[in-house]
Amino acid sequence: MSRNGRPETAVEDRRPDPGLAGALPETKRRIEAKLFLNRFQVDGSSHLAIIDQETCRRCPEKWCNYFCPAGVYEFDAASGVNLVSYEGCVECGTCRIGCPYRNIDWRYPRGGYGIQHRFG
Amino acid sequence: MSHREEVVVVGAGLSGLAAAYTLARAGLSPLVIERGDYPGAKNLMGGVLYHRPTEEVFPGFAAAAPLERRVVRQSLWLMTPDSAVAVAYGGRGWAEEPNAYTVLRARFDQWLAGRCEAAGVRILNETAVTDLIVEGGRVCGVRTSRPDGDIRADIVIVAQGVNRLLTERAGLAPPLDPREVAVAVKEVIALPREKIEDRFNLEPGEGATIEMLGAATRGIVGAGFLYTNQDSISIGVGAMIHQLVEAKLNPNDLLEGLKSHPMVRPLIAGGQSREYSAHMIPEGGYRSVPRLCGDGVLVVGDAAMLCNGLHREGSNLAMISGKLAAETVLECREHGDYSAAALERYRRKLEDSFVLQDLRKYENANEFFDHHPEFFTVYPELLNRAAHAFGTVDMVPKREKQAEIWRLIRERRSLWQVAADLYLAWRALG
Repeated sequence: MSRNGRPETAVEDRRPDPGLAGALPETKRRIEAKLFLNRFQVDGSSHLAIIDQETCRRCPEKWCNYFCPAGVYEFDAASGVNLVSYEGCVECGTCRIGCPYRNIDWRYPRGGYGIQHRFG
Repeated sequence: MSHREEVVVVGAGLSGLAAAYTLARAGLSPLVIERGDYPGAKNLMGGVLYHRPTEEVFPGFAAAAPLERRVVRQSLWLMTPDSAVAVAYGGRGWAEEPNAYTVLRARFDQWLAGRCEAAGVRILNETAVTDLIVEGGRVCGVRTSRPDGDIRADIVIVAQGVNRLLTERAGLAPPLDPREVAVAVKEVIALPREKIEDRFNLEPGEGATIEMLGAATRGIVGAGFLYTNQDSISIGVGAMIHQLVEAKLNPNDLLEGLKSHPMVRPLIAGGQSREYSAHMIPEGGYRSVPRLCGDGVLVVGDAAMLCNGLHREGSNLAMISGKLAAETVLECREHGDYSAAALERYRRKLEDSFVLQDLRKYENANEFFDHHPEFFTVYPELLNRAAHAFGTVDMVPKREKQAEIWRLIRERRSLWQVAADLYLAWRALG
């Protein structure tokens, strides 16, 4: 994953921006502020599930914690559990295919639940 | 609620509604099953809808549909983090003969569904299809999230969108690969219409689109976009998922970066964010198009990966595929034969149309850009530096500037490399 060791000035080094990956709490805060804009019909139970928490514990990078556009996933180091805040899920489906271990059971929310676009 | 239907369409997006409308116009009464509260509640695109393909399926739509603005100018920006080189086409062409409109899908799809219902389509909202009913290898209906929610059908049209769980489960398509899909995030930012018209140099009702390459995605294969709506702006970024995952980048951070770009910030200044959304885009092209039919089932639109990302086309491919699928159903209906062999003519119709011809033309594009990131990194950077150097008026003679630009280019890429890049790009895209 690391692209270290290249000279700072090379144009290629713009990708990825190393300053961004480290600032996860800031990333989450920005997302959270935006989720308040949306209309959600929250179901009582989650349409997303971690298939095997042990796989998340062993996952070296916790990629889903970074790439999810809605910041749904957050690995809690203390409890060793990858927490799923399905309430703010925008239903893009990226986690289903972005998790390299295919460890996320992704379903559509029940009919009428989940995000309801007003603009779309 | 277990009952029998002739045709069931899964999903009230553009492909599903196009299929249902075409069937209704031929006298059928298809049932469309939609998981949202209303058609459009779950639907999303950047926002460009093309006139002719839409007219082909829904004649006269432009007179009544909730369209945002008629696109009269399209721009492409090649960006660095603090500058951009822009190419634009505008003028009388699209002002006089409509080519495209900006739309907000929650509004547009709701209207379109109403028109479909008036033609005889029945729409069942708030109902998620959880599975296909398969008996002896043949699709015989759908299972829904409602109690006793089995609905049997002679033919099922899967218009489920990019999260094509049904086709994967039915074995028609393999699981999506992160190399063939992008994820885009989008924000709708409210701005008074006069401000939009002033800032973008538009007559009332006219719209502009901007596509952004390079720093918009921090060099990842993808693009930023900015579209003018009536009294809002749709701004977003899409990037290939495998690259995004690997770089540990969040798409919303890309969007925030784009919004603060010096070329973008003044365009959206003072606006109020109204909605934040995300959607995947099937970018796999021709090679990732799955099996398009099986016994008792057809697949249309995003669910069939019918999307031409390079040209920002998707809604048109969706609607035309829906129409062709419906025409196939009508033909097969005459013989009462919905076997995979009979439905195969749908594939041939797509191959004969621009849909698969265009996708076939660009079948190597994905792989090409995956192996040539310099089109998103080095070249936008060089172009901007060259434009800056050549446009800066000082006392340096032009010949010296030209030499300096050549030196800059050779520093990054040998002339042989440049020639090879251009040749390979032409081979992959030309």
